Amino acid sequence: MKIARVAGTVVSPISHPFFDGQRLLLCDLVDPAGAGADTAGGYLIAVDVVDAGVGDQVLICDEGTSARQILEIDTGPIRSIIVGIIDAIN
Amino acid sequence: MQLGRVTGTVVATIKAQGLDGVKFLIVQPLDKHQQDRGSPVVAADAVAMAGPGELVYYVASREAAEALEERFVPVDHAIVGLVDQVTLAQDSR
Repeated sequence: MKIARVAGTVVSPISHPFFDGQRLLLCDLVDPAGAGADTAGGYLIAVDVVDAGVGDQVLICDEGTSARQILEIDTGPIRSIIVGIIDAIN
Repeated sequence: MQLGRVTGTVVATIKAQGLDGVKFLIVQPLDKHQQDRGSPVVAADAVAMAGPGELVYYVASREAAEALEERFVPVDHAIVGLVDQVTLAQDSR
């Protein structure tokens, strides 16, 4: 899983039917050791199922089978999913 | 999933089984500011509505094939949505 910070939202009115009604957030990947530093502009567009907001530090699972398992579906072109909101990193 | 810009189309008459009728587009990966980032890829168009110039988001790896009607096909990038708007927070611009 990856640590990221929600940077913004992505609006997509026309998408694969699977994404209908799903909330998409653009998340900057952050380096856990670098106090929230950007990892060379890396980012992911992830489906949000935990009601994360812009500015939140989140945990992203970037793997298809796990993502489908969380959404309780057998098939679907999804890979990145926000699975938690991070309170603190020590 | 990542942002991309469709820059062209690819026509291939002879394709692997299961890819008949699938539209292929050239997609330039973008960073969050919609600037070019890395090398272009050829992606299957799973929304069947994307065209050159369009801002899209695409999925890579095995999940790309999941976007198509025939799911067990050799595809590693697929366009899964057209993007209308990307709104970034003030401090991440």
